[in-house]
Amino acid sequence: MTADNRKPVLEIENLCISYFTRAGEIPAVQDFNLTVYEGESVGLVGESGCGKSTVAMAIMRYLGSNGGIVGGSIRFRGRDITTLSGEELRQMRGSDIAMIYQEPMAALNPSLTIGAQLMEVPMVHERASEQEAYGRSRAMLADVRLPDPDRLMAAYPHQISGGQQQRVVIAMALLSKPSLLLLDEPTTALDVTVEAGIIDLVAEIAREYGTAQMFISHNLGLVRETCDRICVMYSGEAVETGTIDDVFQRMRHPYTRGLFGAIPLPSANKHDRPLVAIPGQLPLPHERPSGCNFGPRCDYFEDGVCAPARIPMHDVAGTASPHQSRCNRVEEIDWDAPPVVGQVNLPIEPGEPVLVVDGMRKYYELYDRSVKAMISGDGTRYVKANETLTFNARKSEIVAIVGESGCGKSTFAKVLMGLETATEGTITFNGVQIQDTEVQQRPAAQVASLQMVFQNPNDTLNPSMTVGGQISRVIRKFKVETDSDKIHERVMHLLDMVKLPRDFYHRRPRQLSGGQKQRVGVARAFAGNPAMVIADEPVSALDVSVQAAVTELLMDIQREHGTTLLFISHDLSVVRYLADRVVVMYLGQIMEQGTTEEIFSPPYHPYTEALLSAVPIADTTVDKRKIVLEGNLPSVVNPPVGCPFHTRCPRKIGAICERERPSVLEASDGHGIACHIPLEQLRAVEPVFFTVEPKSPPTAGIPAR
Amino acid sequence: MLIFLAKRFVYLLFTMLVVSMLVFLVLELDPGNVAQKVLGPYSNDEQRRLWMEANGYLQPLPVRYAQWLGNFLTGDFGMSTRFKVPVADILLPRLANTAMLGLGVLIVMVPLALVLGVLAGMKEGSAQDRTISVFSIATTSIPEFASGVFLVAIFVLWLGVLPGVSNMSSGFDLSQMVLPVAALVMYGFGYITRMTRASMAEVMQTHYIRTAVLKGVPARQVIMKHALRNALIAPFTVIMLQINWLLSGVIVIEYLFAYKGFGSLLLEAALNKDIFVIEACTMVAVLVAVGTQTIADIGYMYLNPRIRFS
Amino acid sequence: MAASTELAEPVARRQSGLARTASAIALLRESPVGMIGAGIVLAWVLAAVFAPLLAPFDPNATILPFQRPGAVDPTTGKTFWLGSDKIGRDILSRIIYGGRRVLIYGPIATACAYAVGIVMGLAAGYFRGWWDAVLSRVSDIVLSFPIFVLYVIVISTFGASGLNIVLAIVFASAPGIMRIVRGLTLDLRNRDYVAAAQTRGESPLYIMFVEILPNARGPLIVDACLRLGYVTITIGTLGFLGLGLPPPDPDWGGMVNENRALAPAFPHMIVYPCLAISSLVLGLNLLADGLREISIRD
Repeated sequence: MTADNRKPVLEIENLCISYFTRAGEIPAVQDFNLTVYEGESVGLVGESGCGKSTVAMAIMRYLGSNGGIVGGSIRFRGRDITTLSGEELRQMRGSDIAMIYQEPMAALNPSLTIGAQLMEVPMVHERASEQEAYGRSRAMLADVRLPDPDRLMAAYPHQISGGQQQRVVIAMALLSKPSLLLLDEPTTALDVTVEAGIIDLVAEIAREYGTAQMFISHNLGLVRETCDRICVMYSGEAVETGTIDDVFQRMRHPYTRGLFGAIPLPSANKHDRPLVAIPGQLPLPHERPSGCNFGPRCDYFEDGVCAPARIPMHDVAGTASPHQSRCNRVEEIDWDAPPVVGQVNLPIEPGEPVLVVDGMRKYYELYDRSVKAMISGDGTRYVKANETLTFNARKSEIVAIVGESGCGKSTFAKVLMGLETATEGTITFNGVQIQDTEVQQRPAAQVASLQMVFQNPNDTLNPSMTVGGQISRVIRKFKVETDSDKIHERVMHLLDMVKLPRDFYHRRPRQLSGGQKQRVGVARAFAGNPAMVIADEPVSALDVSVQAAVTELLMDIQREHGTTLLFISHDLSVVRYLADRVVVMYLGQIMEQGTTEEIFSPPYHPYTEALLSAVPIADTTVDKRKIVLEGNLPSVVNPPVGCPFHTRCPRKIGAICERERPSVLEASDGHGIACHIPLEQLRAVEPVFFTVEPKSPPTAGIPAR
Repeated sequence: MLIFLAKRFVYLLFTMLVVSMLVFLVLELDPGNVAQKVLGPYSNDEQRRLWMEANGYLQPLPVRYAQWLGNFLTGDFGMSTRFKVPVADILLPRLANTAMLGLGVLIVMVPLALVLGVLAGMKEGSAQDRTISVFSIATTSIPEFASGVFLVAIFVLWLGVLPGVSNMSSGFDLSQMVLPVAALVMYGFGYITRMTRASMAEVMQTHYIRTAVLKGVPARQVIMKHALRNALIAPFTVIMLQINWLLSGVIVIEYLFAYKGFGSLLLEAALNKDIFVIEACTMVAVLVAVGTQTIADIGYMYLNPRIRFS
Repeated sequence: MAASTELAEPVARRQSGLARTASAIALLRESPVGMIGAGIVLAWVLAAVFAPLLAPFDPNATILPFQRPGAVDPTTGKTFWLGSDKIGRDILSRIIYGGRRVLIYGPIATACAYAVGIVMGLAAGYFRGWWDAVLSRVSDIVLSFPIFVLYVIVISTFGASGLNIVLAIVFASAPGIMRIVRGLTLDLRNRDYVAAAQTRGESPLYIMFVEILPNARGPLIVDACLRLGYVTITIGTLGFLGLGLPPPDPDWGGMVNENRALAPAFPHMIVYPCLAISSLVLGLNLLADGLREISIRD
C-alpha cells in the first residue's frame, strides 16, 4: 500500500502455474507476488522461459488445455478471478482487462475489416448499437493518432503497416476503458522508429485514461522508459521488485546485476569495459536446482545459505518505496564494489582497405501488369534497393551497417556474397572486383575468404546433418584441408574456438539451444580463415544474456584473426558498443557514415538523430531528447524524389528536399552526411544523449517520467 | 482483377488446345489404326484405304488435326462405331444423366462434409474430433466399387429395400438414384471433411482467434464470425476440385449400377474401341475439369481478402 | 568448459544407423492409430510373403464352383473358408495371392512416381523461373484430366500389361507429387542454411538433394503412405473395370467384376474381395495418420 492511498487494481499472491504434459507436471511459475495500483505501469522483465507471458495468460485465464493455476490467487479489484465462471470471465476480458500482443498482423483477423473488429467491443460488452459503435471506434482511431479514420474503418489489416496495425490493436483494447492493460512485448516486431511512436502513445494513454499497465518485455531500456516499477523474473520466480530508480541504480540481486552487465549500456566499451556474459545455462523447468534457482550461475553462491532451502523475498532496507529481492545474502554482498571487469583489450589499428564499394547500385525490375501500364508501354518499374553506395572497410575493422526494414542492407549483403549481381558501380574485395561475379563463378579461395553469419539461429543449420558433418563439409568445400584426419582435427579446433564441447560433433541441431546453434554458425563462417565476415543481425534472435556471450565470442575471434567484420544491425546499442565505423542507411541510400563517435554525437543527419532518439537506453544516468517521426516508411517501389527522408524529416527545410538528392557534406575526414542543411547548422544541434542526475525516490503521486 | 480473369480464361483455352492435341495424337496418330477401329477387325486393306481416302485420312497430320478440331468446335463429333449414330446424339443425354447424379452427390456431400469438418476442427484432439476423423479415414479407405458392393449387399440383398440396378428402364425412379449417390458420397465426403477439419484446426490456433476470445467475444460468435470465414476458404477450393474426382468416380459407379450416364459411355467406348466417342467424352471431361479448376482459382482469389485487395 | 549460457536439450552420442531406425519405429508407439495401421499393413505383407504356406488351395485351380463359405471340399477335405467362385476357385486363396499383386505393383508404381515427382518438384521449386513455368504447366495439364478418364484412355489404347499399368500410374501421380515437393522446396529454399550453402558455392544439385530434400522427408513420408493407398484403390478399380491385368491370376477388383452377376445369390464372391482391399487401404491410411501425428509432435 503506497502512501497516497491508491487502490490496487491487481493483486497476485503466491501464484503457482504448472503445465501438465506426458512427462508430468512442469512448474512454470512459482510463488509469484505482484501488486499493480491504479494508474501505474509495472514492467515484467525476464528472458525466454522465465514465465512472464505465462503470468499474463494466467491473468486472462487463457492457459490452454494443459496449463493450470495450481496455487495462489489473483485478485482484480478485490475479486478473485481464479474462480470466475466462463460467462463472468468473458465479461471481464476485453472490458475490464485488455491485452495487446506481440505481433499485430497475426493478432488481427485478415478476413474482417478493421471497423468490424473494433465495433465488436462496444457491441459485445455494452450492447451498443451499430451506429454508436461505429462512432466510438472511429473516434478511438483518431485518439491513437491514426490518419484518415474513415478509410481505415473499411480497410483490411493487411492494407496497413505494422505500426498502424499495432495502434489498431491498442484502440481495440481501449474501447471499453479497461482498468488494466496487459502489454506483451508490443514493439518487438516493429522497427525502431515505429517502436518509439508506439511507446510514446502507450505512455500518453496511461496519463490520459489512468489505466494501470503491465508491460512485459525482455528489453530493460524499454521498461525504463515506460514503467514506474519493475519486476525481474528468473526461471519462474520474481527475483527483484521495486521502483525503476531503485532497481536500476541500486540493484540488489545478482541476476539483475548480471543482466545489466550483459547489455551494451552507453558506458560499456569493447576495449576496457566489455560486456560480461552470465556464466552457465538457464535451468530446464523440471531440473531446477534446490535452493536458489540462480545459484549455479551466481558469483556469490554460498552453500547452506543459498541452498538447499527455497529462498523467500527479502525487503531491502533504506528505500522509501518497497524494494524486494530474492537473495538470502542481500545484506552481506557488497553491491558497491566495482563489477568484475572482463578482459581488457587494446584497440587494434586497422590496416589497408579490404572492401571498397564505389557507387554501387542494385535495382530490381518490377513488371507492372496492370492494364494502364500495358497501354502506356511503361510496364517496367524499378525497386531501387541500393542506390549509389560508397564506403570502405579496412582490415581488422568492424564496420556496422545500420538501418530499418527496407533500407537495403540485406540486398547489399546478397550482392556482396554473390547471390545477386550489382546493376552498376563496383565492389572491390582484396583488390578484385566482385560485383558482377555470381558466387558459383568465384574461385574457391575467394569464396572462403568472404563468409556470412546468419540471423536466425533456428534456420542457420541443416536439421538433418550433424554439427561435425556440416563443418567438415565446409572445410572440404573450401579445400582448406583434404586429409580426413586433418579435417576432423580442424573441426575440433573450430569447436574449441567457439567454446563448444568437442562431443557436439555428433549432435544434431535440434539438440542444441539457440545460442549454441549460432556459435556453430560462427565456426562455420570462420572455417576457411576468411578475410571478411558479414554478420547479419547475428544476435537479434537470442536472449539477452546469450547475446553478450556470442557478441564477445565474435569479437574475440575477430581480434585474434584480424578479420574485417561487416556487422548489419538495427540495434544501435550493440552497434555503439562494438563498431569502429558506422554506415547509416535509409531506403537504399547512405544517409551518414563515420566513426562511431562521430555518428553518436553532432553533427547528425536528421534520420540518424531520430534513430538515436528511438533507441531504448537502460542507463538511468542517461536521458535523451525525444524525436518521434510521423508517417510510415515509404515503399521501396516508389521512393520519394529528392531526399528519401523528406516525407518524415522533422528538419525539412523546404522544396529543395523534395526536388534534389542531397550531396554529401564532409564534416571531417571520413565523416559524411547527405543532407541539404548547411553543416554549421547541423553542428549547432544539441546532442541527443545527455547525462542526468538520478531522480530521488518519489514520495507521493505518480512519479514523473 | 480483370487481367487476372482474362489470363485464366486464356490459360483455359490453351490447356484445352494442348489436351486436344494430345488426345488426337494418342488416338488418331496412325490412320490405318483408325480405319481398322471404325470398320472393324475383319475389314481388309482395300476397304480401309477407300474409307481413309473418303474421310480425309491420307492427308498430312497437321491438316487432319485442324480438320478434326474444326469439326469438334462446330459440334460434329463424328459417328459412333458401336451405336451407328452421331456421337452428339448419345453424348448429350448421357451427360445430362451424369449431371443429375453429380448434383445429387454434391447436395448431400458438401453440407455433410463441411459440418463434420467444422465440428471436428473446432475441438482438435477431443473425442468428437477423433470419432469424426477415424470415421472419415475409414470411409475413404473403401474404394467406390467396394462401397457400392457393400451398400448393395446391405440394402438390396439383405434388407431388400432398394433396387440394385439403376438403368431407369421404366422412366425416372428416385429410389434408383439412392444407392449410386450414397456410394459416391461415402467415398468422397471423407476427403473434404479432412481438409475442412485441418483448415478449421489451423484457424482455431491462430492469434486472431485468441484476440477474439480475449476481447470477450462469446464462443459462438468466435466460431461463426471469426473462424468460419477464414476456415472455409480452403475447403471451397477442395470442393471445386472434387468435381474433378466426381467425373472419375461416376465411371465406376455407373458401371456397377448400370446407370446410363457419361461414365459408363466412356468405359464402354474404351472397351469397344469406339474411337470418336472416346475423343468426345475425353474433351468434355477435361473441359469440365479445367473449368472447375478455373472457378476454384477465381473463387479462392475472391474469398481471400489479402489477395482481393492488394 | 563451455560458456554456453542457455537451455540445452539432453545429449546424444553418435547413433548407428540401426539404432536410429529402431528409435524411429519406437516413435510410432506414441500413436495408437498408427500402430493399428502398421499392424494391418504388416499382416497383409506377411500374408503375401507366406502365401504358399497360408493358402489352402492353388488360386487358379478350378475345384468346386458355387461353394458357400465354410463348405468342405470332399476330395481333399480342406475347407473353402470364404467359399468358391463361379468357376470353382477358392476365394480365400485367391485373396491371399491377390495381395501379392497389389503389394508388388503398388509400391513399385508409387516409388517410380516419387522419383519422377521429386526431381520435377525440386527443379521447379529451386530454379523457379522458366523451369517452374514449364513444369507447372505440364503438370497442370496432366492434372486437368479426371484421373480415371486418363487411365481408361491410356490402358484401352496401349493395352493392359503390368508395365503399362505402372506407367499409367506414374504418369497420373507424378504431377501431384511434383506439386507437393515444389511447395516444400519453395518454402525451404528461403532458409538460412540454404543461403549458407549457396554462399559457399555449392552446386544446385547438392543443395537440392542434400540441403533441401532430407528436410522435406516428413510430409513426403506421410504422403507416400496415403498415395500407396490411392494406388491400391486404383489397381483394384482398374481390375473392377476390366482394365486390369488379364486373368487368370487373381486380382481383387477383377474378382468382383467376374462374379458380379451372381451376387444376388452368392454375395460372398464379391464381398470378401471388397473387404480385403478396404482393409489394406484402411491400414495404410491409419498408418499415414499416425505418422502425421508424430511428425507434428516433433
